[in-house]
Amino acid sequence: MRRSWNNIGGFLVFAGPSTFAFLSITIVSFLAGLILTFTNWNGLSDDLSFVGLSNYAVAIADGQFWQSLGLTALYVVVVVVLANALAFALAYGLSGRIRFRGALRAGFFTPNLIGGVILGFIWYFIFSQGVVAVGAALGIDALATPWLASPTLAFWALVIATVWQVAGFLVVIYLAGLTTLPRDVLEAASIDGAGGWAWMRSVVLPLMRPTFTICVFLTIGRSFMTYDMNLTLTNGGPYGSTELVAMHVYQKAFVSQQFGTGQAEALVLFLIVAVISVLQVSVSRRREVDL
Amino acid sequence: MTVQMQSRRQAAEVPAAGRPRRRRSSGLSRSGGMFLVLVAYAAPVLLVVSNSLKSDQEILDDPLGLPASPTLHNYTEAARTMYYLGAFWNTLVLTVTSVVVLCFFGSMTAYFLTRVRWRFNQVVFYLMIAAMLLPFQVLMIPMIKLLGSTGMLQQSWSIVYIYFATGVPLAVFMYAGFIRSIPREMDEAAMLDGCNRLQTFFRVVLPLLRPVTLTIAILDALWIWNDFLMPFLVLRRPEQRTLTLATLAFVQSHTTDYGPMMAALVLTVLPILVAYLFMQRHIVEGLTKGAVK
Repeated sequence: MRRSWNNIGGFLVFAGPSTFAFLSITIVSFLAGLILTFTNWNGLSDDLSFVGLSNYAVAIADGQFWQSLGLTALYVVVVVVLANALAFALAYGLSGRIRFRGALRAGFFTPNLIGGVILGFIWYFIFSQGVVAVGAALGIDALATPWLASPTLAFWALVIATVWQVAGFLVVIYLAGLTTLPRDVLEAASIDGAGGWAWMRSVVLPLMRPTFTICVFLTIGRSFMTYDMNLTLTNGGPYGSTELVAMHVYQKAFVSQQFGTGQAEALVLFLIVAVISVLQVSVSRRREVDL
Repeated sequence: MTVQMQSRRQAAEVPAAGRPRRRRSSGLSRSGGMFLVLVAYAAPVLLVVSNSLKSDQEILDDPLGLPASPTLHNYTEAARTMYYLGAFWNTLVLTVTSVVVLCFFGSMTAYFLTRVRWRFNQVVFYLMIAAMLLPFQVLMIPMIKLLGSTGMLQQSWSIVYIYFATGVPLAVFMYAGFIRSIPREMDEAAMLDGCNRLQTFFRVVLPLLRPVTLTIAILDALWIWNDFLMPFLVLRRPEQRTLTLATLAFVQSHTTDYGPMMAALVLTVLPILVAYLFMQRHIVEGLTKGAVK
């Protein structure tokens, strides 16, 4: 009895403020979010009544939600493939005997210090002025058109800007993975005469699978929730053609004032991302090589 | 700290890992090549910096060339219109306060939760870990509704409280991992010397937590400094604006003034780059450690 009173006192002093803040904001919001999906609250009035599953029914019938989710899925797949390929290539270039590795690594990492809003504006300028000028100077018509005015090209502009940022982050993780590869295995392979592409495909890539698992996991989590860069680079345009799902949820709740439906869609999105992440990690873990 | 230093030295001592020995080329020519790749990679940012020094007309005529007669006019213009100093000060105060609160209470919480074996402690700890998986988008709508209905949106301090509440799980998680590696005998020795639990924490344990505190502080500082949605939804008055909000407001009302817009972007990024210059290694390691956790 005395001990548990001691525990309570200690807890209040050491962990009390954190636990109170955490429960009162994070947990209460999560629970209120669940309740919100079962009510008809519109953000203005105080009275709300339970409406059962109708918010979920509206969300599932919301064509724009599925359209933006489909677009986001395509965006995530392309970003995952391109960002990881680019980051691995850069990390491979920085591995082994190379001078100024630290400075180079720091240079490639820099985009990750800049917030998504600012990055979106930087790339807005690049695509509306820079790329056009390069296209005109080289006489390439495909580049000389304003990318952000075309639905297809605007999507790719978003992909390029995201890949550019995410790759700089993944380089550091791939580089760490490359420098911890077991030396004895590498030496054995090089004595056996493995070189060039065979070396890469049958020695380096299999040994790097754990790093690929982490990097793909991080890329999926980050790109599914992209909002800031979407807002300032394309603002969902032209004509809503590049509205990713996080932006759709935001619009649903705070612009259309359909809070219940917006929250239902946010929860559906969260569940989808969680399931995909769990599947990805468990599938790739099974394919990792044990040494 | 020592752990980090050692692993870094080890990494440097493994020279040709990742490639066959016979392909060992001169490290200098390869780094020259990679520097060229880096310049291409950084081209978008370099282009923005170069254009920030030009007049609007020159930007439209020749966005790729170097400025013919560099001018800082865009910078004075942008700094004045976006209330740069005020926004910088707001961001700094908000970031520093939140980081101090997070590290102070986060370390105390982690210490108690890991050192005292008690069922209730485990419940709180695992609840926090589970909450780390929730993206902000899932919490944002009800959070804003609740803050609005309790009147907290009118208070300037409430955003610090929200950062504390949403950031404390990661801080506790990272501190807990580190505290578990500190032998309990150190606490017990301090207790025998007559320290109570608080004294033990502040005099014996806290000084040992410096490396992990640095990692957490970097992680949280960059998150809060660059954060957009939370301040956008919570800070309602123009004079409360953070740098990100001020840039957004400025650019959206000057969509064709490329010169001042470029200058505003450079001004917003500049403080982070200066910090990066001085603690580059800690920042890169802190951010990747936080993500890989």
